[in-house]
Amino acid sequence: MDTLIAQLQRQFRDYTISLYHQGFLDDQFTELKKLQDECSPDFVAEVVTLFFEDCEKLISNMARALDQAGNVDFKLVGSSVHQLKGSSSSVGAKRVKGLCITLKECCDSQNYEGCVRCLQQVDIEYKTLKAKLQDLFNLEQQIVQAGGRIPQVDI
Amino acid sequence: MVCEMETDQIEEMDVEVLPSMWPENVGTEADKQFNVEKPAGDLDTLKEVTIEETPTIADLTRLPELMNSTQQGSSQLTNLVKQWEYMQDNAVRLLREELKNLNRQREEAEAKELKIIEEYKFESNEPENVPVLDETSDLFRRFRQKKRDALVDSKKIEIYEEFDTVAYWKQKASNLEKMLEASTERERRLVEKLSESLKTMESQSAPVQELTQNLKRAEGFLHFILQNAPIVMGHQDKDLRYLFIYNKYPSLREQDILGKTDVEIFHGGGVKESQDFKREVLEKGKASKREITFTTDLFGSKTFLIYVEPVYNKAGEKIGINYMGMEVTEQVDKREKMAKLREDNAVRKAMESELNKTIHITEETMRAKQMLATMSHEIRSPLSGVVGMAEILSTTKLDKEQRQLLNVMISSGDLVLQLINDILDLSKVESGVMRLEATKFRPREVVKHVLQTAAASLKKSLTLEGNIADDVPIEVVGDVLRIRQILTNLISNAIKFTHEGNVGIKLQVISEPSFARDNALTADTEEQEQNENAIPCLFKKYMQASADHARKYGGTGLGLAICKQLVELMGGQLTVTSRVNEGSTFTFILPYKVGTSDDYSDDQDEFSDMADHQSEPDDTAEGYFQFKPLLGSIYSNGGPGIGNDFLPHKVMLTSPIKLINGFVADPSNNTGQSEMLQLENGGYVDESKLETSSDHCPESAHQYENGNGRCFSKESESCSSSQASSEGGTLEMESELTVSSHREEEKAETDLKETSKPKILLVEDNKINIMVAKSMMKQLGHTMDIANNGVEAITAINHSSYDLVLMDVCMPVLDGLKATRLIRSYEETGNWNAAIEAGVDIKTSETEQVCVRSTNRLPIIAMTANTLAESSEECYANGMDSFISKPVTLQKLRECLQQYLH
Repeated sequence: MDTLIAQLQRQFRDYTISLYHQGFLDDQFTELKKLQDECSPDFVAEVVTLFFEDCEKLISNMARALDQAGNVDFKLVGSSVHQLKGSSSSVGAKRVKGLCITLKECCDSQNYEGCVRCLQQVDIEYKTLKAKLQDLFNLEQQIVQAGGRIPQVDI
Repeated sequence: MVCEMETDQIEEMDVEVLPSMWPENVGTEADKQFNVEKPAGDLDTLKEVTIEETPTIADLTRLPELMNSTQQGSSQLTNLVKQWEYMQDNAVRLLREELKNLNRQREEAEAKELKIIEEYKFESNEPENVPVLDETSDLFRRFRQKKRDALVDSKKIEIYEEFDTVAYWKQKASNLEKMLEASTERERRLVEKLSESLKTMESQSAPVQELTQNLKRAEGFLHFILQNAPIVMGHQDKDLRYLFIYNKYPSLREQDILGKTDVEIFHGGGVKESQDFKREVLEKGKASKREITFTTDLFGSKTFLIYVEPVYNKAGEKIGINYMGMEVTEQVDKREKMAKLREDNAVRKAMESELNKTIHITEETMRAKQMLATMSHEIRSPLSGVVGMAEILSTTKLDKEQRQLLNVMISSGDLVLQLINDILDLSKVESGVMRLEATKFRPREVVKHVLQTAAASLKKSLTLEGNIADDVPIEVVGDVLRIRQILTNLISNAIKFTHEGNVGIKLQVISEPSFARDNALTADTEEQEQNENAIPCLFKKYMQASADHARKYGGTGLGLAICKQLVELMGGQLTVTSRVNEGSTFTFILPYKVGTSDDYSDDQDEFSDMADHQSEPDDTAEGYFQFKPLLGSIYSNGGPGIGNDFLPHKVMLTSPIKLINGFVADPSNNTGQSEMLQLENGGYVDESKLETSSDHCPESAHQYENGNGRCFSKESESCSSSQASSEGGTLEMESELTVSSHREEEKAETDLKETSKPKILLVEDNKINIMVAKSMMKQLGHTMDIANNGVEAITAINHSSYDLVLMDVCMPVLDGLKATRLIRSYEETGNWNAAIEAGVDIKTSETEQVCVRSTNRLPIIAMTANTLAESSEECYANGMDSFISKPVTLQKLRECLQQYLH
């Protein structure tokens, strides 16, 4: 049991570090982790869930706006991407945030192609992140179920 | 033994030798007859056997008597006599035949002699000249020899001499003479033989001797057969007294048996039965067999196969019975064992098939339950969607009628949701899917929270009491969600059925040897309507005391069944005692573990957040709570609209309280009030009903602030709530304020009772940012109100006074920069004209009266994303005091608060 826990904990640590190193996450995610305590044990999961729901909504909003070829409401896209940027920076979704900044620039310069490309990338990126975080949470759960503690990971 | 063997052999020899004594044709027949005549012979021979060779018991004096008196005996004798007569007849017949033969031969011989004599008369004149014939005498002799060899009755005598010569006659005469001689000789021999035969006949065929022989043979045979046979034989008279008994292995002496009946001799099981059986045979006159098991002191438990036949005397009257018994204990045992084995086999097979059937049924039931669970689950998801959407819809601008309709819709939907949840829980428990969690929790807080929640929706003048014994540990381990569910269920039932008095929860530790310690939680309720006779069906699913009850009180009737199942799942028991008009007590006992400090308590229940949420001293050790009715409380009707998106499981817990009762149940409240007062559920205080609550919490009535349901009385339990509901409620609050008309009054109240606690307003449109910031604030020991945009921020500031505002720059409707400008303008001018000009809808008539702190500069801190559009210069230019770059971190927030608060 103990070896299992140790193994899981090591896996968890490695995985977390890899997420930081590959630029999926940044320090803000660490901030979130700090906010999670006995009182709100699922805080990170909740915030992240909300974030992904937000992503989905905003991306579909932008996609709809960009679909209106020739009559694209860049302002609408801009406000959406602004929202997304805020959210992603709040949860520490580094790559998504970076893409959002690019997308915002494209939007400001009314670069339709750039917008579409960026949006596609954002879509891929947030889905990837979602899968990765899902894995991370699963690992966490496994550790808890095995009776272990979630290790503190210092980046 | 050796001796016995020898006798055996001797007897065998007898048996072999005997037949030769009989003439062949007679002997076989006699044998057959003897064999047929067995029964009668038995008795006869036994007489001898018992006397001479075996230690058997027999009444010697009686036996001959018996032989003479009974039919069997006489028939035996007759038989023997007949047999002897038959043998004699045979011998006589043989002798006669012989005699007849001899006579016939003699007659022939005489006739021949006569003839010869006649012939001689003819030739008497002829001299006998035998000497002359000397030379021929040889020849004659030869002739005579020949004749004798030929049969006597050869009538022709051949003479080869010339007829009527002397030689001829001489020859003839000598021939005849010789024939005569031979004949006489034969006759003499026959007579001799006859007399000899007669003599032997006489000597051999004396009847007594014959019979003795016969009997000896039979006796030998019987003895040979019966020597080791485990057989008891006997004869009993009409009164079933033994007259004669033969027993190879006697256990009683002769005198102990003879002249007595079975019953007199033996005691124990089976004796009576055998006696009755014998009597029955005697009465019916028909031989029969039966198996009887005897259990006597004498020879233990043995089973005998008994054959009994009636005995008649010569006149055909019954005089007793013959009886023969053979021990078959082992055989019977074997047979019974076999039968038992067969029976067991059959039973096992039957059980097997029964079991199979049961398994099948159980499987079916499980499948059905699984299906029910699945279906419930499938129904729940879309229904949650419907209710959630309706809740979201209720946050939009609606007219009164639409709102009422919507609320009916929401409350109905929620009722269905609740029902489905109940079914789901129940089927989860029953199908064994329900898993319990073991988490640390504080029982006092659970009780408090359950009562709080109940008090919040109380519409009767009931007092809710929580009483927790001192020895109840502060923290125990268990599935807090389920325990709370049970308590909530019981309490809501209690409230539903109690019309006046108290409803309460008592919690105490009881020790029972079987468990280490027990946590006994008692829900005392007074239920006037509870009928004694309804108790048995209380815990049944879908059962309610009567149809009237269902109409009167509504509900699914699943609650108690779930409670019971849950309690049992946790290894406890739920009982109820009830007296009509005196109330009912539901008691459940659960085993519990005390949480150790090093336990990783990762799963604090959400309401335990509340202790931290309220920055109050921990009241974990408090053991008594009381909740007076907050009559006319207003229930939130749409709080969790947002919360529902990301915290559905928590919404499930809180929404029923908020939603079910709403406006439909409380029509006296005007809609406007209700909307406006959607605060955290524990802290709802309706302005119009302040008297009611103030007698118990006088100050708190006035410390009522919009946007935050804090209440600073000692009875501050009433202001706690779950995180989910507080969030939902507050967000809701912010959006509703714009249309509210009563806020000024509230503000007035609030301002008067302002405390030193800093009030912070967060203006932010991004839900995630709100969530994160709020959580950070919590860590720093602060709560804050939320505004979603500039307009809301202005409204909130107009309503209440804040010590700090965190303002997002880029927001829809009214961005942070503009909002800050308007606020600064209000601070300078004391009115909201600028805001009104900018299109913000503010009732100015009331603002002036309540504006107390307008002269103080409100610190407004910008939250920027560090983009071109949100430069720090611009922030300062628009009247902001400082800025925090996004994303917000704990460190930045702490620094900021340190700088601007206190």
